[in-house]
Amino acid sequence: MGMSAHKLIITTVSKAETGARVSLASYLCCVPAGFPSPASDYVESEIDLNDWLITNKLATYIVRVEGDSMAGEIHSGDRLIVDRSLEPRHGDVVIACLDGEMTVKRLIVEDGRRLLVADNPDYPPIELNGEQELLIWGVVTSSIHRLR
Amino acid sequence: MQQLFGLIDADSFYVSCERAFQPALEVKPVVVLSNNDGNIVARSRESKALGITMGMPFFKAKPIIEKHNVTWFSSNYTLYGSLSRRVFDTIDRFVPALEHYSIDEGFVHFDPGQHERDAHEIRQTVRQWTGIPVSVGIGSTKVLAKIASTIAKKHPEYGGVVDLSGADADRYLQDFDVSDVWGIGPRYSQFLKSDDEPDAAQPDLWEGAGLSRIRQKLKVETALELKRCPDAWVRKHLTIKGLRLVWELRGISCPPLEVFEQPRKGICCSRSFGRPVTTVEELGEAVAMHAVRGGEKLRRQHLAASHMTVFISTSRFRQNPDEIYSGGASWRLPYPTSYTPVLVAAAQALLKRAYKPDFVYHKAGIFLSDIVADSERQQNVFAGIDDERRTRLMEAVDQINRKHGRYTLRPLAVSDERGWEMRRRNLSPCYTTRLGEVLKVKAC
Repeated sequence: MGMSAHKLIITTVSKAETGARVSLASYLCCVPAGFPSPASDYVESEIDLNDWLITNKLATYIVRVEGDSMAGEIHSGDRLIVDRSLEPRHGDVVIACLDGEMTVKRLIVEDGRRLLVADNPDYPPIELNGEQELLIWGVVTSSIHRLR
Repeated sequence: MQQLFGLIDADSFYVSCERAFQPALEVKPVVVLSNNDGNIVARSRESKALGITMGMPFFKAKPIIEKHNVTWFSSNYTLYGSLSRRVFDTIDRFVPALEHYSIDEGFVHFDPGQHERDAHEIRQTVRQWTGIPVSVGIGSTKVLAKIASTIAKKHPEYGGVVDLSGADADRYLQDFDVSDVWGIGPRYSQFLKSDDEPDAAQPDLWEGAGLSRIRQKLKVETALELKRCPDAWVRKHLTIKGLRLVWELRGISCPPLEVFEQPRKGICCSRSFGRPVTTVEELGEAVAMHAVRGGEKLRRQHLAASHMTVFISTSRFRQNPDEIYSGGASWRLPYPTSYTPVLVAAAQALLKRAYKPDFVYHKAGIFLSDIVADSERQQNVFAGIDDERRTRLMEAVDQINRKHGRYTLRPLAVSDERGWEMRRRNLSPCYTTRLGEVLKVKAC
């Protein structure tokens, strides 16, 4: 008799990895008998771009741009860093859900009117009226444009 | 002051994860399917209203899905796991203690006095930062908090937060069906709601408890009625576990019976095939893939296994007994290990022992047991095994696979995972974990 296979199934839930990657500065001098390095009192951790580009990790997302309507500052293929915890202000570049599509535009608030404007003048601005369904998904804080 | 518990529960969590990156799907009917696109495992409010039930087979729901243009997704556990971490890490900033309960639920402790304000702030923040709507139930015990969150989910007019820690809790409990109380399974709820006493010959516990004898069985239909049941009666019919539950309904917090974490018994990796499989070569690839996964799971938790079982089986739905087979083979490994090449070789050797030709196989898997922590692992006395080197090699492999996607580096025995991967015909991108799959935004 073969063993009853289905009785063996014990599903396990693996612990999710939550540890952040942290790089620590190592000691510059490890020869116990030698002279201590004069630099060892000045050890600092290496520059981490995450610290610079991301303020609120839990609310930050990366998105990829397709199209040239923001040409000037933002190009097709650029990666944008989006912080969903920020309140959108006049002049911010935002990710908005417009007629079911996720788009990147600049938010202009003028005399109570809200406009979504493309930086590229070839694209007409979109004025938001009450009927138009608009959801500002997040505020763009940086654009990453790789050169090679 | 009295301690307060909160249960924070994401609304239709898998659906909400999909909507977080496709806001156009808000207020539209959406469902998420189980592994292999088999059954419905998550439904938006709108899909529930269309009559799609939990666990319904996909093919049965298809007519409704097509008629009402319901959006469906294969389950993307990578995405759901990532968003679950974001949700709970966000909640963690607001509360003194957080206890994960499942991928979409967690208990928290609230500071009494400001609990309602905190609950609303958590809800609002989680929604804004992650896009996931959550409900918060508050109570002086976990059972009450769980009931409160169920009420909050059912009644959106309460604004997503229900507080049962106040004096008016009974008002909610009298409308709460006893079968929805946490811990009351279908068997108990059937018993509670019935009229007849099952064993009248039992010694009279009523009198023992100083109560007058009541011939007719208590008919318990709501949480409030359960709360008011006498202790002796509850203990007799619902065991000590039921009594703890009733005490929790009364606001007396009972810590769980099992306070010690159970040691890990085993790791299982198995899956149904997306297509019929007959040859030992094909099965070999599948068990090798499971061995690779098992190795990954062990290493992620710094564990090693010294016992392996491989099992294969035909479909449960076959009628003809001649077509049904399920077999397995086990082997004690010479030493506890998490080293993939050893696991793969063992899995394939075991498969040859379990395999019988001329069957159409539906499922294969491995089970790793006798698990020890890496730190407890005895030093290898076997000549020629460079443990240190193996550990470093596996670390490198895991790192590359995490970065570039599973199976980027894999043993030759796993030739092409695509044939073995689940059927996932409408899988959303892993927006938060893979740079190549991030959300695309239009600039046009």
